[in-house]
Amino acid sequence: MNSGIKKLSRYRRHRFARPALLVVALISMGATFQVASALPSTTRMETTAQSTLIEEGKRIFAQGCSSCHGLNAEGSSIAPSLIGVGAASVDFQVGTGRMPMADMSQQAMRKTPIYNAEQTAALAAYVASLAPGPDAINEAQLTYERDGNTAEGGELFRTNCAMCHNFAGQGGALTQGKYAPTLMGVDAKHIYEAMITGPQSMPVFSDKTITPEEKLSIIKWIKAAEKEPNLGGASLGRVGPVTEGLLVWTFGLGLLIGIAVWLTVKAR
Amino acid sequence: MKKSERIAGNVAGYLDDRTGAAKWLRKNLTKVFPDHWSFMLGEIVLYSFIILLLSGTFLTFWFDPSQRDVIYQGSYEPLKNIEMSASYASTLHISFDVRGGLLMRQIHHWAALIFMAGMIAHLMRVFFTGAFRKPREANWLIGVGLVTLGIVEGFLGYSLPDDLLSGTGIRIAEAIIQALPVVGSYLAFFAFGGAFPGHVFIPRIFTVHVLLLPGIFLALITIHLMLVWYQKHTQYPGPGRTEKNVVGYPLMPIYMAKAGGFFFIVFGVTALLGAVASINPIWLYGPYNPGQISAGSQPDFYMGWLDGLVRMAPPIETHAFGHTISWNILIPGLIIPGILFTGMALYPFIESWMTGDKREHHLLDRPRNNPNRTALGAMSLAFILVVLINGGNDIIATHFALTINQIMWFTRIGVLVIPPLTFVITKRICLSLQRADREKVLHGRETGRLVMLPHGEFIEVHEELTPAEKFTLTQHEQLAALEVPASDSNGVLNPQGLKGKLRARFSQAHVEQVPAPTESEAKALEGGHH
Repeated sequence: MNSGIKKLSRYRRHRFARPALLVVALISMGATFQVASALPSTTRMETTAQSTLIEEGKRIFAQGCSSCHGLNAEGSSIAPSLIGVGAASVDFQVGTGRMPMADMSQQAMRKTPIYNAEQTAALAAYVASLAPGPDAINEAQLTYERDGNTAEGGELFRTNCAMCHNFAGQGGALTQGKYAPTLMGVDAKHIYEAMITGPQSMPVFSDKTITPEEKLSIIKWIKAAEKEPNLGGASLGRVGPVTEGLLVWTFGLGLLIGIAVWLTVKAR
Repeated sequence: MKKSERIAGNVAGYLDDRTGAAKWLRKNLTKVFPDHWSFMLGEIVLYSFIILLLSGTFLTFWFDPSQRDVIYQGSYEPLKNIEMSASYASTLHISFDVRGGLLMRQIHHWAALIFMAGMIAHLMRVFFTGAFRKPREANWLIGVGLVTLGIVEGFLGYSLPDDLLSGTGIRIAEAIIQALPVVGSYLAFFAFGGAFPGHVFIPRIFTVHVLLLPGIFLALITIHLMLVWYQKHTQYPGPGRTEKNVVGYPLMPIYMAKAGGFFFIVFGVTALLGAVASINPIWLYGPYNPGQISAGSQPDFYMGWLDGLVRMAPPIETHAFGHTISWNILIPGLIIPGILFTGMALYPFIESWMTGDKREHHLLDRPRNNPNRTALGAMSLAFILVVLINGGNDIIATHFALTINQIMWFTRIGVLVIPPLTFVITKRICLSLQRADREKVLHGRETGRLVMLPHGEFIEVHEELTPAEKFTLTQHEQLAALEVPASDSNGVLNPQGLKGKLRARFSQAHVEQVPAPTESEAKALEGGHH
């Protein structure tokens, strides 16, 4: 061992010693860098993918949205600026088919989406790249089945939502032809995004007003209401006494009067 | 004589010896009732009242009329562990944990709607046929009282479960009480035992709903029917029917069978509705909480017109001497309904004053033969319908893609324009129908059969009416307008003053009619018929 070091030290002033050390140092440095930079290198790849997504989103935006929202999403006299609305807003508006609008009516309505999931994601990425805003909700965050409480969600719903969306989430009228849409058949993701972005006439329910857990409870209640069978028979639209009154005058009294006519018809 | 007949005879004899009921029974069991479908509307009301008493009694076995706070532990999962009043919790219990409870609740509520709808239909029949005329004014007043109490009873009934929708209704009722000038706030505090919602209101209205009002109903319905019995039923005009007789079937057995059968039919239809159609799903509304409200909150239809009036009122308030007068609630919530119901109650007296007709009437009018009355009735209905539409404006807006504002303005203007228009149109329609009747009597019914005569002329064959049909179309008496003497025997000009002039003017409007064909007119046409 001792003789080994002596042998090595004998070559320490060899003329190849310095270049050899340099090569070893470079290799070790390189190896270290290779190991250390393994993650950063995939990030760089994702960044590249992200910028491609943004490019794609920008392209779709220019084709489908810019005529109203402006070439740089700066808005116009007929449509709001989208700078800072965030990916959540785009995911809600485009993902539910509200945007692009079919016509300039009072309010964008839910319809079959025009863009598929990837295109929606691209648009969301583009709009999110303009200025920070709420992120789109992904499925992993929607743990309402596990973390939500139906009864508490019902209380929160009646306090915060029923005044516009009706006691059973069937929707209701607002002023000037605007309306709160029905919540039946809406994706949990979109309900969540609507609460954090406040689309159209809806207010924003920030995480301070309604905590994320409470939002999950509300979603759980809405999903339960959607699945709940009509326990009393035909639901009559779950809109309260108006349809009940209509039914009693048409079917109820109508049938009874019909029978009364039959009972008093002259025997032939 | 068979053995069974002998036993029955002995039993009847035994009872008659001790009560003397045979004579009374014979008289009353053979009493004759005229037959017409519109005379069965009142029966629908009577039978649904019986259904209400039976199903309501069932509900009281489990209902707990208390506003004490409880934590729900029943079987409806979405409300588990929620704080609510005992009345709401016990209604949930009836709905989900009592066998047949939900069905009985729904039968009770549907029966209430049929009760109210039947009363309104019955009232319209009585009004449009003039059945309220002397000697039946008192029965008309009782009827108006029953409708008014029915509205209150229904409102109290659907307020009892203390759900979100009914609490909203009570809140509006409180606002209407408060709108009474000066005493309003005190009355509201008195009714609620302090500030809204308090803890005493549900127990109080429970007593009124299950004891006081049903008691009054029973008493008034009994008097109502006794008067029908005593004054005898009115009948539609026709051959052999006069002011002095009643043509129809005896109570026993024909009417007994018809009426008894009809009771079961009404029960059946109510039970059918209760079994297949959801009504007042209180579990969806949630428990009442003054901080909550649902979009599209509506009252039941018989209160809907009131709600519509309140909704359309422009926001006007005045402040004077430390008091606020909310005209926007006072006028639509109290003054207009007051005028409507007072007018309805007094109508028999108003009409008799306008026409000067103080005689008894047992033969009904065909609505067309009294155009002014028919038009007045149609006008009132048009008013109620327009405001009722506004009562459901939010539901109509969402379901017909309209805007609430459009409906609001349509009904605000419509409530002033449509009723008078309805009056004019109805009156014109009545007069045309009279004209058509006249044509029919004089020229016969158009058969649509065209015949070519030998000389080439085409004629439509008219089929002559039977004498009975002719009689029915011409029997009505046509009143002449009241004359106001220009001066009395002492030479005083215009002795009755403005009142007399007004009365003459009303009377003139009331008797506007197409003259019914006379016998000589009919004779003149005979033979000369082309």
